[in-house]
Amino acid sequence: MSLSEILWVLIKTVLVVSVFLLHVMYVQYFERKVIGHMQGRMGPMRVGWHGLLQPIADSIKLFFKEDIIPSSADKPIFYIAPIIGVVAGVSTLAVIPLWSGFSIADLNVGILYILALSALASFSVILGGWASNSKYSFLGGLRSSAQVISYEIAMGLSLVGVMMMSGSANLSDIVNAQKGGWFIVPQFIAFVVFMIAVFAETNRVPFDLPEAETELVSGFATEYSGMRWALFFMAEYAGMFVMSGLAVVCFFGGWSGPAFLPGVVWFLLKVYSFIFLFFWVRATLPRYRYDQLMGLGWKLFIPLALANIILTGLIKLL
Amino acid sequence: MTLPQLFFTYFAISMTILSVLVVTRRNPVHSVLWMLVLFIHIAALYLFLNAEFLAAVQIIVYAGARLVLFVFVIMLLNLKKEKTEKKYQDQWPVGAGISLLMIIFFVLIMGKITELPALGKYSIEAIQSEGSLMTIGKVLYTEYILPFEIASVILLVAIIGAVVLAKKRIE
Repeated sequence: MSLSEILWVLIKTVLVVSVFLLHVMYVQYFERKVIGHMQGRMGPMRVGWHGLLQPIADSIKLFFKEDIIPSSADKPIFYIAPIIGVVAGVSTLAVIPLWSGFSIADLNVGILYILALSALASFSVILGGWASNSKYSFLGGLRSSAQVISYEIAMGLSLVGVMMMSGSANLSDIVNAQKGGWFIVPQFIAFVVFMIAVFAETNRVPFDLPEAETELVSGFATEYSGMRWALFFMAEYAGMFVMSGLAVVCFFGGWSGPAFLPGVVWFLLKVYSFIFLFFWVRATLPRYRYDQLMGLGWKLFIPLALANIILTGLIKLL
Repeated sequence: MTLPQLFFTYFAISMTILSVLVVTRRNPVHSVLWMLVLFIHIAALYLFLNAEFLAAVQIIVYAGARLVLFVFVIMLLNLKKEKTEKKYQDQWPVGAGISLLMIIFFVLIMGKITELPALGKYSIEAIQSEGSLMTIGKVLYTEYILPFEIASVILLVAIIGAVVLAKKRIE
């Protein structure tokens, strides 16, 4: 690898990460507006025109807030837990192809890389919950660990069908394999299983049991404050973006679309429709009970994903 | 020292230190955390050997599934007593002595190896042209199909065993 290549990778990385962080900042504004309008409210209105500067005000507030650490917390782990989440979430971006030929790293094992990093991201919730040394946080951490193990399997298995259809685990190859038609049609079962598993992986409603406000105050994040809490928050939204991106790449043809708009615009449009879906579901559905969540994962989604693999294999054989 | 040697030296030394940290920590959660760092090092070493697939699987299976399970079990147990009691049994000097002998033994053997083993048909170039995922898939489902199936049956036995243990006795 020559010096100019290394420099190019660095520039791409800085560009993608900084644009991404801006998106993460404003997606929270988007969420408050969407949910506000769904509930017949206006959402944030005070800071700037229709509250457009609200995310900036929030960031400044969080940045200067006191960082409180419980006296009986396990300090080193308490410090690093949120950082693990953000690092894992942001580094997943490296393999997602934003438009034709543009991804920071074009890995052959792209899907596996994303699965590996989302597994690492779960450690941030588990460790944050344990290190806080509080009952609410601890229960949140426990719930998260069991939830993540269960739904990771269903998610991985549902993506196997996509890999079989495209004959590759490289995300750019998967997009190119969808020239003839998006995988949402032949892989519909896989898509449903994948989307529901994603809701569980990113701790979103209706599977937000690790941070269920009504029972656990704020779950694993109860003892966190200021910037460290904001990092957890960022990790959650980073996870939503990455998983939406993965859904778009695997089932909705990635950057492809009619030529009057450039590929990256199509990609972002599709990603934001998924983000909207996350908000829509949050405003609509109540939370699941924990045993229902586990039963659903093991007894319904894993068998469904396995059946989908067999079905895809049969179709490929015929 | 060339760059590859430098990398390998770093991984070899840090993995040894991390392994020692895993067995010497008093708090079991800290042990598991050091093990997580160790697994990430192992994955990086696989990457360094051009085995992308193994590196990804190392993280997914070991760091993602098994360690989360470890943490889950450790959190559910009451380990207050473990933290204050004596950590090792009295025989540990014997174990340490045997380990030391083994190390000396390996060092002696390493010095005797002069010839590199013959290279098979899966050279770095061959694997890179096809991708490590493809290569492993092909080898596993053609040449090594029998060992693969046997491993699957053994895993199935373990699953059935777990179900039998967990299921309530039916009259």
